[in-house]
Amino acid sequence: MKAFAALLDRLVYTPQRNGKLRLLVDYFRHAPDPDRGWALAALSDGLDLKGAKPALVRALVEERTDPVLFRWSYDYVGDLAETVALIWPERPGANRPPALGEVVEALRAAGRGEVPALLARWLDALDPTERWALLKLITGGLRVGVSARLAKTAVAAFGDRPVEEVEELWHGLAPPYGALFAWLEGRGAKPELGEAAAFRPLMLATPLEESEVEALPFEEYLAEWKWDGIRVQLVARGGETRLFSRTGDDIGGAFPDILEAVDFEATLDGELLVLRDGPEGGEVAPFNDLQQRLNRKTVTAKLLQRHPAHLRLYDILFEGREDLRSLPLLPRRARLEAFVAREKPRRMDLSPLVDFASMSELEALRAAARENGIEGLMLKRKDSPYLAGRPKGPWYKWKRDPLVLDCVLMYAQRGHGKRSSFYSDYTFGAWTPEDELVPVGKAYFGFTDEELKRLDKWVRDHTTERFGPVRAVEPGLVLEVAFDAVQRSTRHKSGLALRFPRVSRIRWDKPAHEADRVETLEALVEG
Amino acid sequence: MNKPRPESWLRVEPRGLYVVPGDFYVDPVRPVERAVVTHGHADHARPGHAKVLATPETLAIMQARYGDRAGSGLQALGYGEPVTIGEVTVRLAPAGHVLGSAQAVLEWRGCRVVVSGDYKRRRDPTCAPFEVVPCDVFVTEATFGLPVFRHPDDRGEIAKLLHSLAVFPERTHVVGVYSLGKAQRVVRLLREAGWDGPIHVHGALQALCALYEELGVPLGPLSPATVAAKAEMAGALVLAPPSALADRWARRLADPVTAMASGWMRVRQRARQRGVELPLIISDHADWDELTRTLDEVGAPEVWVTHGNEEALVHHARQRGFRARALSVVGLGEEDEGEALGGAS
Repeated sequence: MKAFAALLDRLVYTPQRNGKLRLLVDYFRHAPDPDRGWALAALSDGLDLKGAKPALVRALVEERTDPVLFRWSYDYVGDLAETVALIWPERPGANRPPALGEVVEALRAAGRGEVPALLARWLDALDPTERWALLKLITGGLRVGVSARLAKTAVAAFGDRPVEEVEELWHGLAPPYGALFAWLEGRGAKPELGEAAAFRPLMLATPLEESEVEALPFEEYLAEWKWDGIRVQLVARGGETRLFSRTGDDIGGAFPDILEAVDFEATLDGELLVLRDGPEGGEVAPFNDLQQRLNRKTVTAKLLQRHPAHLRLYDILFEGREDLRSLPLLPRRARLEAFVAREKPRRMDLSPLVDFASMSELEALRAAARENGIEGLMLKRKDSPYLAGRPKGPWYKWKRDPLVLDCVLMYAQRGHGKRSSFYSDYTFGAWTPEDELVPVGKAYFGFTDEELKRLDKWVRDHTTERFGPVRAVEPGLVLEVAFDAVQRSTRHKSGLALRFPRVSRIRWDKPAHEADRVETLEALVEG
Repeated sequence: MNKPRPESWLRVEPRGLYVVPGDFYVDPVRPVERAVVTHGHADHARPGHAKVLATPETLAIMQARYGDRAGSGLQALGYGEPVTIGEVTVRLAPAGHVLGSAQAVLEWRGCRVVVSGDYKRRRDPTCAPFEVVPCDVFVTEATFGLPVFRHPDDRGEIAKLLHSLAVFPERTHVVGVYSLGKAQRVVRLLREAGWDGPIHVHGALQALCALYEELGVPLGPLSPATVAAKAEMAGALVLAPPSALADRWARRLADPVTAMASGWMRVRQRARQRGVELPLIISDHADWDELTRTLDEVGAPEVWVTHGNEEALVHHARQRGFRARALSVVGLGEEDEGEALGGAS
């Protein structure tokens, strides 16, 4: 438990992705089996434990502490699990501290009624950091800023393998992943996938830079729209149907309407959208509508009816049991078209190709595409096989030009690592009709190191208030912010949020009162 | 003879705790005619008094910090040597807080009051350990006076730092430390843990480190952090005052991991507020278990709490059958970790 607790403790304070990766790899290198396997399961959301409700934890601690001191402590610390971990009375030598594997295995074997006694015994034996880690584990949700994808990336890096290889195996594996670690350490054979409806790593595109446009041999490429939904993989095999996100998370539970529509055997690549009937057939709803459907374990009938899901197909990886990934794109596309014509799958259609005779024509089409649901264009080489990962060259994404607004800097926060002495994360706002500034977004890139120095100095010289690592500043600096769309949001007081905001220019010259107004943003809201 | 009631000869005044039959103050916050100073932190040892009684180490620290303003008449008193001021016998007992730190043991007409100053109970390689002095009234601090403050073994915290240096060998590890006591203790703990590489120190720490060496606390070679080239800073270990961490000074460091050595690091929200990436829970103050254990050991029927989280410790002491009250002494708890609970940091 000690090493796992130390890992979680360090992860919560480490904001950089690379830092987290290093800590995870170091842990996998030093922790024994099966502890590291259970840790990997916990970090990749694969550990389904009989947990304990906060009320139970509270009841346990209240039996052991003075109620007045507990209340004052909880008020001071602010977090129940942390307060309990710290205040739990020490009983030195009470029990032997359990290993992570013992905790997980005991919880899996225990009846629900046995959990409180087990928990109390462990809390007696552990130190405060270990108690905190145990309570996080047992009350559900580690929330240490590690995604399932990052955990898989780390375990792949530990074995010096590409993450795609681990992702491809993932759904054939079960915690505590003994076979996976044995293979990664060169002690065992690569685990077999078997018959499972397994995820296959996606092929991803690189952005097309403006400087590359002219030289691109466009006649070698097919073009299609880049739809603004989420990229998914639908796998139907041996009577089992699963829907995976781009990173291999099983999201099928939130999309029963898609799963029910499957009566074939294939692996398909497509864009998940919400599609509603419009005057000209199905119309793609704003991204916000799709978000209503994401991250749910179950969905209501009403939601299914109001936000119907749809899959727009890009590619076919398997037809029946036949692996098509090594075929070039053109024959694969022909197989996909024939598949759709034959199966007529419900809730699915083909992503149409875009005809063009020159790059300038394509550029004009891209510039004109402003309707919902289109983010830009995809360019795919006609001879490209379906490769895992993000190879440079065969596939490009060519996003439409971003929208820009002039916003006023309101708050700046210190960064971390290289940026720890710089105010580098900026919250900016727009003017309301009452001439108040309200925050509309946050950006922390889009400027050079030189500009960062100047921004930092400006922040230090114009601070009005400090809250920990955050400074409020006078409304005096205009940032031109580029973004992809405006959405409704409850996160900001304005009720609006920008998608993918980044600083495009610093308008040292522009007076703050000439910055944009909330009404301007309102007019850009999708849908 | 009946012992006098302690309130009859000890008073809290705006200038600090006043000992009537000796006509002196303990750790006064404003200049006075005669002061007994428990230790060198600036909230306890203020400049500008006429006469100062303290341990030789504390006086040396005050002179290093204040020069001529340390006081016009300095009287050094070693641990355990009694001296009489007015009608009061005064003796200094080690407090285990920083080098030279002392408890003031005051006796008048058979009544003994111990003023702890700041203290801790665990081992510290840079100063003498706390001495338990049985008494009638124990005047205690309560900086970490909440049961959530349980300081871990400091060797484990140093191991965290060394582990991080092994995982991130190209990044500078900069540790925020208070300049008196914490800096030197962290250096010694690093040496004991086997770190024989260079330790760079910020300019603001150099004078007190040199003084500790002079007073017989060996620290090993320290290099100034201020003149090193940026390339040398990769993987370097640097100690700096907490205020320097967020300062432009920190830009000379290579992609720094910001660590901080303080008892406040026990509470995550406190560490996050300061933007700390590697919190090290190393404190020169007693934690909750040390505070409550100390009350039991000195066995004073009456407990007065000077500064920190008085409320919780008074509550606990009363539950345990002590007569306890908060003194609310103004001005203490402003240097080192003694900032008020929940206050700005």
